[in-house]
Amino acid sequence: MNWNLFLTELVAGVTHGAVYSLIALGYSMVYGILKLLNFAHGDVYMVGAFVGFGIITVFGGAEALSVNVWVLLLVMLVCAMLAGGLLGVMIERFAYRRLRAAPRIAPLITALGVSFFLENAAQLVLGAQYQSYNSYGWKGGSLWTSGFNLPSGVHVGLPQIIAVVGAIVLMILLTWFVRRTRTGKAMRATSFDREAAAMMGIDVDRVIVATFFIGSALAGAAGVFNGLVYQQVWPYMGFQAGLYAFIAAVVGGIGNLPGAVVGGLVIGLAQSFSIGYISSTFSDAIVFAVLIAVMVLRPSGLLGRAAVQKV
Amino acid sequence: MAGSGSDIPPVPTRPEQAPAPRIGVDEWVATHEARRDLGRGLVGVVRRELERVPRPGFYLAFAVAAALLPVVTSNGYVIRVGFDTLLYMLLALGLNIVVGYAGLLDLGYVAFYGFGAYGYAMLASPKFGLHWSTLAVVPVVVVATAILGFLVALPSRRLLGDYLAIVTLFFGQLFVTVVQNGQAMSFLGFTRPYDVTGGPNGIPDIDPFNAFGGRISSLDGYYYAALAIFLAALAAVYLVDQSRTGRAWKSLREDALAAELMGMPVNRLKLVAFAFGAAIAGLTGTLFAALNTAVFAADFDVPTLIIVYAMLILGGAGSLGGVILGALIVNVSLEVLRTPGHATWVFYGLLAATLVVKVRPWRWLAAVVVGTAGLGFAAHAVAAAAWPRGVHGEPAVGGVLGSGLRHWVLLPTDPRTIGNVAFVCLVLAVLWVTTLRGWAQKLALVPTLYLAAFVWENRLIDEPSVTRLILVGVILIVLMNARPQGLVGSARVEIV
Repeated sequence: MNWNLFLTELVAGVTHGAVYSLIALGYSMVYGILKLLNFAHGDVYMVGAFVGFGIITVFGGAEALSVNVWVLLLVMLVCAMLAGGLLGVMIERFAYRRLRAAPRIAPLITALGVSFFLENAAQLVLGAQYQSYNSYGWKGGSLWTSGFNLPSGVHVGLPQIIAVVGAIVLMILLTWFVRRTRTGKAMRATSFDREAAAMMGIDVDRVIVATFFIGSALAGAAGVFNGLVYQQVWPYMGFQAGLYAFIAAVVGGIGNLPGAVVGGLVIGLAQSFSIGYISSTFSDAIVFAVLIAVMVLRPSGLLGRAAVQKV
Repeated sequence: MAGSGSDIPPVPTRPEQAPAPRIGVDEWVATHEARRDLGRGLVGVVRRELERVPRPGFYLAFAVAAALLPVVTSNGYVIRVGFDTLLYMLLALGLNIVVGYAGLLDLGYVAFYGFGAYGYAMLASPKFGLHWSTLAVVPVVVVATAILGFLVALPSRRLLGDYLAIVTLFFGQLFVTVVQNGQAMSFLGFTRPYDVTGGPNGIPDIDPFNAFGGRISSLDGYYYAALAIFLAALAAVYLVDQSRTGRAWKSLREDALAAELMGMPVNRLKLVAFAFGAAIAGLTGTLFAALNTAVFAADFDVPTLIIVYAMLILGGAGSLGGVILGALIVNVSLEVLRTPGHATWVFYGLLAATLVVKVRPWRWLAAVVVGTAGLGFAAHAVAAAAWPRGVHGEPAVGGVLGSGLRHWVLLPTDPRTIGNVAFVCLVLAVLWVTTLRGWAQKLALVPTLYLAAFVWENRLIDEPSVTRLILVGVILIVLMNARPQGLVGSARVEIV
C-alpha cells in the first residue's frame, strides 16, 4: 500500500472536512430553526474569506506583513466572523423574515436570489480574478515549514494544524453555547417547536437572529481557514463550497449539529480520496452521486432520525 | 327514521354560469383589493373590459404580434433576441408545470434543457457521423428527455419539498460536471475512454433543422419554427391546465397530504409533471442546438436556471400569461442592458415607475423628485468648486438625458474605487430605507436616489454583464418579498 498517497489524501481530507464542517454547521442550525435551506450561506463564507484577504492587504500584504502572524490571524478571524455574522443577520432581516409564513417554495427561491446577488455584487466590487492569501510568503515561508512530519514523509504544515484546531475549538464553543447558555436553550426549544417556544415566552425573532449570526460567523471563520490553507479566494468560491457543505449537512442529517461535523469530515475525505484514487475530474460527480444515493436511501441522513409527518 | 328522507333539503344545483372556486384559494378575499381598485375612473373601465376577454384571446393576440415581428423589422439582431425570448418562454412554460402547477421545486431543470441540446447535437452532427432527419431526432430527444425526467423524479418522489430541491440541484450539477469532462469517458473504467460530449470544446457543426429534403437556413425560419413550437406547447399546457390533471396538480401544490387523502395518485402526478416539464425543456434544447450549431456545457449551468426562475417568478408562477410576460420582460431587459445608452434610459424609467407606484400621494412624489434634483445640482456645484476631478467624466448616454446628467450627477475621472464603495453604500441605504416609515422614509429616499444615479453612471454601466445578473438576483428577492404572485398571477390566501 502506498502510505504516502494515503496519508497525503487523509491530511487533505481532514483539512477540507474541517472547513466543510464549519459551513455545514450554519446550514444545519438555520435549517433546524427555520426549516429553510439557506443557499446564500456559501456566499457568506466567500465574504468571510475576502474580509480575511482585506485584512492581510491592510497589514502590508503577504510579502511584507507589519504585524506578528498570530495577531494577524486573530484580527482576521474576528473581523471575518463579525462580517459574516452581520451579513447573515442582514440577509435574515431583509430577505427571509417576511416570508416565514409564506409557502415553503418562496424562501427557497429568495435564497437562490440572495446567493446570486451576493456572488455578482462581489464580482462587481472585488473583480472576477482570483486573489491569494499567499500564506507561503508570510514571514519568509516559516509558517509552512514548521509543523510536523507524519511517517513516510508527509508534512503537515502549521496552517493546516491551525485550520483543524481552530475549527475544533469553534465547534467546542458552539456545543457549549447551545448546551449551556440561556440563548442556546432557547435555540433548542425553538428548533424543536417554534410555536410552542413562542407561547412559552421565548422571543423567537431574537433566537433566529442569534442563529443566523452564529451560523454565519462560523462560515466567515471557515473562509479564513480555507484561505490560509488553500490560498485562493474568488467571488464564486461560495457556490462550490456551499454545495459541499450542504451535502455534508444532509449526509449528517440536516438540523443535527454533531451530524454536520461528521458529514463534513465524510465529504472532505470522500472528495480527497476520490481525487487521489479514482479520478480528479470526476470527483465532484462521485460526491454528488454519493449524496443522491444517501438522499434516496436514507433521506434523514446518516445520523438523523426519520421524521414522521404528523397531521 | 322512516320519514326523515323528506326532511333533507334538496341538494342545491350550482348555476351553470358560476365559476367553480379554485382549490386552496379564497376567491373573495384574494380579489378584495382588485375589486376595490376596479371601477374607478378610466383605468377601471379598461381593466373591466380586459377581464371579459377570454384567456385564449390574449394568447392569440400574442401569437399575431409575435408572427408580425419579422415582417415589421428585418434587423437580424432584433429577430435573434425574439428567438431567444421564445426559447426562454418555452423553458419557463415547462418550469411552470413543475413549479407553478405541481409546486415541486426543480433545481435541475436546465439539465433537461442541456440534455435535449446535447441529444440533438449527438444525433445530428459529424460528432458520431449521425445525420438523422429532424423529424426523427426531435421526437426521440423529447421522449428521451421525458424518460430522464421520469427517472430523476422516480427516486425523489417520496422526498418532501426541500429534499427534492437538493436532489434535483445535484442532478443539475452532476449533468454539468459529466458533460464538461465527457471528452474521455470510459464505462466504469473497463473500456477504453471514448469522447462522448467533447468536454470543454462542446459539440460543433450541428446540422440545421431539416425535413422532407428541405432545411431551415434563415433566422426568420428558425424564429417561426420556435414560434410554432411555442404555440403548440402553450396550447398543450393550456389544455392540460384545464383538465382533471391540471386541477389535480394544483391541489397537490396547495396541500399534498390533503390531495392524497382525497384519493389523488400523488406519486403519479409528480412523475407526470416532472416528465412533462422535462420534455418541453428537451424540445427547447433541440431548437437551441440547431440554431447555434454548437453546444457547450456552460450554457446549462446555474445562471441559466436562475434566469428562467426569475422569468417564472416575475410573471407569476402558475400563470400562462405570466410566463409569456415574464420571459419577455426579463430577456428584453437583459438584452437592453448590453448597450449602455439604452440601459440608462431603462434604468431611469424603472426608477421613475417605481417612484410613481410606491410614493403616494403625488405631493410627496413631487417633493422627492424636486429634492433629488436639487440635491444633485447642489452637490454638482459644490464638487465643481471643491473637487474638480469629481465632475470630469462623461455620462454613457448622449442627447437630452446625457447633457442633463452631466450637470447633475458627479462623474469622477477614475470612478472604480469610489463607485465600488458607493455601490455597497447604496445596498445598505436601500435596505435602510425599507425599514423607515412615513416622512422619514421620503426624506431618506432623496439621497438614496441620488446615490443610485451615481452608482449607475459610475460603476454599473461599465460592467453590463455583471449588472444584468445582479438585476436578476434583485428581481427574485424583491418579488418574493413584495409580490410573490408575480405580475399577473392571482394572490393566494392561506385558509386556516
